[in-house]
Amino acid sequence: MSWIDIGHIDEVPVRGARLVKTHIGCIAVFRTAEAEVFAATNNCPHKGGPLSEGIVHGQSVTCPLHNWVFDLNTGEAKGADDGRITTYPVRLKDGRILLDDSAVSRRSAA
Amino acid sequence: MKQRLVVIGAGMASGRVLEHLTDAAPDAFEITLFNAEPRGNYNRIMLSPVLSGEKTYEEIVTHDDTWYAERGISCRFGEKVAKIDREMKVVEGENGHVPYDKLVVATGSNPFIIPLPGHDLDGVIAYRDLEDTQQMMGMSPENKVVVIGGGLLGLEAAAGMVAHVVDVTVVHIMGHLMERQLDEAAGYLLKKSLEDKGIKICLQANSKEILGQDGKVRALLLDDGTELPCDLLVMAVGIRPNTALAHEAGLAAGRGIHVDDQMLTSDPDVYAVGECVEHGGEIFGLVAPLYDQAKVAARALLEEDAAFAQKTLSTKLKVTGCDLFSAGDFADGPGREDIVFRDPSRGVYKRLVIEEDRLVGAVMYGDTADGSWFFGLIKDGTSIDEMRETLIFGPAYQGGDTADPLSAVAALPPEAEICGCNGVCKGEIVEAINAGADDLGAVRAGTKASASCGTCTGLVEQVLQVTLGDDFQMPTAQPICGCTDLTHEDVRRLIKGQELKSQAAVWQELSWTTPNGCHVCRPAINYYLLADWPLEYQDDPQSRFVNERKHANIQKDGTFSVVPRMWGGITTPEELRAIANAADKYDVPTVKVTGGQRIDLLGVKGVDLPAIWSDLNKAGLVSGHAYSKGLRTVKTCVGTDHCRFGTQDSTGLGIKLEKTLWGAWTPHKLKLAVSGCPRNCAEATCKDIGVVCVDSGYQISIGGAAGMDVKETELLCQVSTEDEAIEVVMAVTQAYREGGKYLDRLYKWLGKVGMDWVKAQVVDDLENRAALVARFELSQSIYRKDPWAEHVKEKAQTYAPIADFTLEAAE
Repeated sequence: MSWIDIGHIDEVPVRGARLVKTHIGCIAVFRTAEAEVFAATNNCPHKGGPLSEGIVHGQSVTCPLHNWVFDLNTGEAKGADDGRITTYPVRLKDGRILLDDSAVSRRSAA
Repeated sequence: MKQRLVVIGAGMASGRVLEHLTDAAPDAFEITLFNAEPRGNYNRIMLSPVLSGEKTYEEIVTHDDTWYAERGISCRFGEKVAKIDREMKVVEGENGHVPYDKLVVATGSNPFIIPLPGHDLDGVIAYRDLEDTQQMMGMSPENKVVVIGGGLLGLEAAAGMVAHVVDVTVVHIMGHLMERQLDEAAGYLLKKSLEDKGIKICLQANSKEILGQDGKVRALLLDDGTELPCDLLVMAVGIRPNTALAHEAGLAAGRGIHVDDQMLTSDPDVYAVGECVEHGGEIFGLVAPLYDQAKVAARALLEEDAAFAQKTLSTKLKVTGCDLFSAGDFADGPGREDIVFRDPSRGVYKRLVIEEDRLVGAVMYGDTADGSWFFGLIKDGTSIDEMRETLIFGPAYQGGDTADPLSAVAALPPEAEICGCNGVCKGEIVEAINAGADDLGAVRAGTKASASCGTCTGLVEQVLQVTLGDDFQMPTAQPICGCTDLTHEDVRRLIKGQELKSQAAVWQELSWTTPNGCHVCRPAINYYLLADWPLEYQDDPQSRFVNERKHANIQKDGTFSVVPRMWGGITTPEELRAIANAADKYDVPTVKVTGGQRIDLLGVKGVDLPAIWSDLNKAGLVSGHAYSKGLRTVKTCVGTDHCRFGTQDSTGLGIKLEKTLWGAWTPHKLKLAVSGCPRNCAEATCKDIGVVCVDSGYQISIGGAAGMDVKETELLCQVSTEDEAIEVVMAVTQAYREGGKYLDRLYKWLGKVGMDWVKAQVVDDLENRAALVARFELSQSIYRKDPWAEHVKEKAQTYAPIADFTLEAAE
């Protein structure tokens, strides 16, 4: 697994998210606490709502369109809703956010 | 013929006597009720929640005027009784005599004031009645308060005060707090959590003298020379039965008025109940035995059999965040054994005291859910031999059941006491439920369970749940969301009462179950904090729905709509050109005129927002807040400028109102309109706030709706000048902002508080109106500005992706 630097953690608001554009679609990078990040696909499986615009709480995010809630650890929808978002390996090193290369590369998409 | 009954004192015990009596035999007595306090019966043990701001006085009134009227009770409130003439069978009030056939003395108790030098200074008070409570609530944050007494009452006073005042010190003569109810370990945990709330605690401290200046208290001097400065000194060291009247009348009395098991005094026509009595050498301060006495006295008056017997008591402290429970006798002694459970990280401590295979005492701190089960074991003297190993884990662990909270309640025997205040056991509640009481209110009305201090409300609900199963509907006062048990109203009161000024403080102090809320509660808390503390609290964009965070409305495809403000619906060719240019430049697919008299650009890409705003800003256009729970639009007609019917300058007033109110956050969106004449072309009478101009001035009406509900506004008032109209609108908006539940439109709030209340606040009370306006202006000094311009300047980069690998690959 190789890691690719996408930016500094301070560029993502606490309890907020930023987008990473890739060839296979947009990935949302969520920051839940001072030093905790998650990455997942930006599109809600329900009606495609942009999850990066949702409210981040605990280790979950709520879709802004119809309030589906996803656990960022597993990608599973919580509560009564049934669905899943793809999550991607992401880690922090010296304040830099590192995303798994295969998540953004054209090759893995093919 | 009806007998004449006179009752002296409208406290908790006599109130209960009257209830039992008028329920059982509504026509037996012609009743007169004297009370020296200028009011009727209220729930005195709930003064602490009033003090801390968790409840209002109105909520703790047990009997209101209607209640007395319906029962034909003549009330002589605020009138002292001068004398009881037993020979003539007459009670002499200050305003005249009342003859009696039967008399109930319920004169209660007086707080004990330590006769220290200086105890008669101004600002030295007890903690006894509403007046004391109000004096404490009148303290401002910079005042200093000292409470003498680290017992139940003193600590409730201190905990309530710390919601208003920063500097509160409790002075206690003993080595640990609440030494009559708690052992040292629990006393320590209590001290720690009170100190965490910001209360200073001095133990083993002997008061020597109260120091004054100009007749007012200045400080408390301790034996060791320490001086504790204070503006208010509360003495909460105990009570003494008030026997003065009875004594003068020649009734037998010692520490209290002597009564037998039927609550009869030495005079066969005079009964006594409550804190003024002495029974079997004991006097009474807790509410449970008082209610028992009341039941007995009422039955005795009706010549039915009943006898009062003293019982083991349990104690709870009504301080949010300090869960403690104690019952029975927990002193060490030969032949006694302890079972102790400690979990320091959760702050939980439980100690059971066992003597000869029987539980004789229990002290619990931090987790008191099993209190009533242990209390039952103590009272019944149950042998604990067989469950000794798992006893401390509570009823859920007896018989191998799982730790489901409901199974603990299901496991309780019918005689287990659920409500300690009113002595109601599980069996009685189940009986009431089976007889048709299917919610908390009905159980409360039928059995009195949870009708006093309310700490057993959860238990009663669990009994309902166990008994009714799926038929049980949770009560209408719903918690905000799954993160808390508190309702919106509770949280608003607590934020104000405890001066919680950050989200962290709310999560911590109000025991949120999630680290930082969820998408339901966090926007509400964010709103409440900024509405109550506009200067101290900073709006948190991450707690806002995307529309309010990005100052644009998200559409179903993830694009946004952009609506520039058009003050009062007035625009210019330059503005229209700028809008047209922006629509071209950013490929806006849809341009639409809105119902609020402005233009909506729909389908703008998220990344383009700062740029399109910047372009619109250059033409003088600012955010229209078409996305906000705040002021949206002020719709107007053309008024006197062009219309042949116009009576006033409605357009001008609309623009002024919009310039005054824009940027203001409110519980839900706020739409206004100003019509120039009663033909009402601006449709002002279905807006949240509408102004209709007439020849003689401006009619202001509020609470309209034209959405999911359609409602006509109700008239608030008519004023003669524009300035006054603007003032009234500001004041109403502020009152709505301070009191409304998040996501309640103005008409819903109005439905809750009532038009009379709003009129009293903003029409009749000019001083209050001015204060509301001042608070509105203060908040607007922060929020009356264009968020678009700010985001263009400071946050533009956050609208773009943090990284874009599609570009890289293309290179």
